[in-house]
Amino acid sequence: MRLLAYVQSLASRFLRRDQLEAEMADELRAHLELRADDLVRSGMSRTAAERQARIEFGGQSRFKEEARDMVAGRMIETVVRDARLSVRQLRKSPSFAIAAIVTLAMAIGANAVVFSAINGFILRPLDLPNERSLYVVERTADKASSESYLNYIDLRDRTRSFESLAGFSPDQLWITSGATPSRVWAFQVTANYFDALGIRPYLGRFFHAADDQGINSAPYAVLSYPYWRTHFDGDAAVVGRTIRINKQPYTIVGVAPEGFRGTILFFSPDLFVPMVNQPQLDGTNQLTSRGQRLFAVIGHLKAGVTPTQAVSELDALGQWLEKTYPKENEKLRFMLGRPSLNGDGLAAPMKAFLGGLMLLAALILIAACTNLGSLFAARAAERSREVALQLALGASRIRIIRQLLSEAVVIALIGGAVGLWGSVLVLQWLSVWHPFPQFPLNMPVAADGRVYLVALALSVASGLVFGAVPLRQVLRTDPYAIIKAGAPAGAPRRLTARDLLLVAQIAVCALLVMSSMVALRGLSRSLRADFGFDPHNVTLVETDLAMAGYRVPDMPAMQRRMIDALQTIPGAEAVALIGQAPPILFVSNGSKVFTETTADLEPASAVTAAVMYSVSPDYFLAAHTRLVSGRQFTWHDDASAQRVAIVNQVFARRVFGSPAGAVGRFYKLPDGARIQVVGLIPDGKNSLNLADEPQPAMFFPILQSPYSDSWLVIRSERDLSQLSTAIRAKLHGLDPGLPSFIETWTTAMQGALFAPRMASITLGVLGAMGAILSVTGIFGMAAYSLTKRLKELGIRVALGAQQGEILRAALGRPFKVLLFGSAGGLVLGVLASRVLSFIVYQATPRDPIVLAGVVLAMFVVGLTATWIPARRALLVDPLILLRDE
Amino acid sequence: MSKPAPLLQGTLDLIVLEMLRAEPTNGYDLTLRIQAVSSDVLQVNAGSLYPALYRLEERGLIRATWRETDTGRRAKFYSVTAEGRKQLADQRKAWERFSGAVAAILKRA
Repeated sequence: MRLLAYVQSLASRFLRRDQLEAEMADELRAHLELRADDLVRSGMSRTAAERQARIEFGGQSRFKEEARDMVAGRMIETVVRDARLSVRQLRKSPSFAIAAIVTLAMAIGANAVVFSAINGFILRPLDLPNERSLYVVERTADKASSESYLNYIDLRDRTRSFESLAGFSPDQLWITSGATPSRVWAFQVTANYFDALGIRPYLGRFFHAADDQGINSAPYAVLSYPYWRTHFDGDAAVVGRTIRINKQPYTIVGVAPEGFRGTILFFSPDLFVPMVNQPQLDGTNQLTSRGQRLFAVIGHLKAGVTPTQAVSELDALGQWLEKTYPKENEKLRFMLGRPSLNGDGLAAPMKAFLGGLMLLAALILIAACTNLGSLFAARAAERSREVALQLALGASRIRIIRQLLSEAVVIALIGGAVGLWGSVLVLQWLSVWHPFPQFPLNMPVAADGRVYLVALALSVASGLVFGAVPLRQVLRTDPYAIIKAGAPAGAPRRLTARDLLLVAQIAVCALLVMSSMVALRGLSRSLRADFGFDPHNVTLVETDLAMAGYRVPDMPAMQRRMIDALQTIPGAEAVALIGQAPPILFVSNGSKVFTETTADLEPASAVTAAVMYSVSPDYFLAAHTRLVSGRQFTWHDDASAQRVAIVNQVFARRVFGSPAGAVGRFYKLPDGARIQVVGLIPDGKNSLNLADEPQPAMFFPILQSPYSDSWLVIRSERDLSQLSTAIRAKLHGLDPGLPSFIETWTTAMQGALFAPRMASITLGVLGAMGAILSVTGIFGMAAYSLTKRLKELGIRVALGAQQGEILRAALGRPFKVLLFGSAGGLVLGVLASRVLSFIVYQATPRDPIVLAGVVLAMFVVGLTATWIPARRALLVDPLILLRDE
Repeated sequence: MSKPAPLLQGTLDLIVLEMLRAEPTNGYDLTLRIQAVSSDVLQVNAGSLYPALYRLEERGLIRATWRETDTGRRAKFYSVTAEGRKQLADQRKAWERFSGAVAAILKRA
């Protein structure tokens, strides 16, 4: 109630403030009259009495101000008036205002963008109902959420902690209803998926647990909203229609709600199909193998169940599973993760990267604030005369400080608004960005209320921070001294706090410049890195034989036919085939490896795990992978011959102790197969994260390890468009229903290079900002010290000083600051190299090119920043200076 | 006559409320009365009295009306509101405890 009354009084007073002022004046007059009356009564003349009354009362304007401050509504009025005055002041010095606004806009913009990314990826992951209680079940061993179908069924049926557990797995499918197969990205989900998440369909219905009547029993599809809009024109009659997915008929039962993009951030699937139909879609049944980890597990905790309770229950179930199925299960301990990046294995580095970025963005903001702080201090010093005059005329110091602060806040708000506007543009661009067209990438980074709020808070806070820098200066001002003697020329002190601030700022900026250079170097290196193969001039053709209706026994012959057909294309130097994607495009399948003498093939007794590929004989030729020793595969390495493998050097070291002599030796796979190593290749890259150490890898002949996915690898100097026409024609000649997706190997590798590339771009942008901030910082300082010493310089010129001497006098100090700052930045950069190498591929700041680049960049910064002040110093005309003042 | 004592911080509100509770009056008379009642020990500057009055009015502890004085001048007369009386009682209690405590300490010495 009181608050309401206060607001009312505030409003009414604000509205009738003229009346209020008049009333105050009236009361003041009444007081003076009454006093004068008394004085007259004691024998004074009327005039003398009135004079006396006024003197007794003291300073009236001060009284008015204090009295006004007591009244509500005053606050708003003051703020409005101060703001108006500030804008007027700033318009008087537009270059100062623009420099300040641009500086701050950059800093706030950078922070807004980084915060949006954090907001989109970490704070606000999926936007599902009751997201607080939604968790993915991860294994502690590898921090990945991925279970076999059979393990999942046991977890789902036995857990008491979850409302229900659902599973999902991204998969690539082909829509074969049209003339040519088109590729879609789908989620294979358990039938209870939508119910477990608690969402309702936009159109039609979802499939439910009851639709799951066993393997291949649920030929239903749910379309995502965007796919429905783009591929079915938003036609409501689509429900009930049948489409062919991987040549099988599926009924569209419904459309998912508009905002629903599945349960992995980054990814937006086109449709959802039931997991139980996996055998039908893929041609091989993966649901019956307990050891095959297929999909992520997700669910809502029951009300009142804490994550800790749930984990201990899951661990108990895990122990039970290990005991019951020891061959397929090991280390079944669980943890719960937020459903966003599908497990902490991916989320943790993402968080680390974004955290690092936020730190850099904060550094930018701090640099901008120190920058603006010294600009403001310079401005306050220039205006010291004006301030002194105001003080002498009775303005309170509070008033002057408030004025300075409100100028700072006005700048901050305008800068913040401009920065936010810029960041919204960048974010809009980012959220529709498709860096690799073959992925259904989803960037949930559009700005929302939280971002605006943070930007506003940062603007106001930074405004107050840099506005506060010159306060001490104002508080110390002695009006009489200044007015008598003019602006304090004072001998320049050896080192001021402001110089130190600037040195620190330059150091931070040099650090940013350096990190961006390290990042760019790393990027250019990663593009020319030794992958263990050469992706240039190679075209990949992705096909799927199971989908095209081939049965496992028929596949090898068809694969051979495809290779032979493509070899007849003019200009094709080498043609090969690799089952599943070539290295580093996707996470490759792996297997445990045992030494030849291991009898007990339990997971725990494995020597190592290795990624595996199935390749045709010419693969190493087509991929330009050099054989260290041994032989290539031939078509004679078939099902009836001794099983063989070509392994990399890490593999040989782990399994046989040393690469030398590995060729000819044997090892075992979990199914007991004895494999003979026939060739040895260099390590190369096998992991999605290029910065990872090389992993053990083994290549099998395709005839001994048949694979339905078939990626044709064609090395040719011809360009993609000609080549793809020829390839399509050849494949069409073999089988018109064969789906194919053609791209160059380098394009396909965008995915693997995405993270380092993003990191490099971001660091590059931050580095450029750092450079710009150093320029404005040094410029501000140089211009300021020049203004202060203009008179002295004029006298020097008059006394016949040479140009060099003038320059040294005018700009020696800024250059020293730049020098110390840059040196500090270099040292910091070398110290921070660990952090950088975490993000950037092969980052090392001890790289001479990087060091030279930073020095050069800072030199250019110095030149740019002091160019204008230097010209001004050289053009100093002693006559004008001497006439002034 | 000894020099007028400076006002303790925060006591002006208490004094003003008490004086106005005894009798509603205008700002000028209030200054005289404070001086008289305190036997010239407390002297209140008009420059700080009025802001205090506005503050109290703003907080709803006193209210003001324009009336004619005995000498026929128009002046603003202040009186204490119910809210003001409550506040006064509270402040008085707090003051008594405070001054009692200070007195006790001083007596001990």
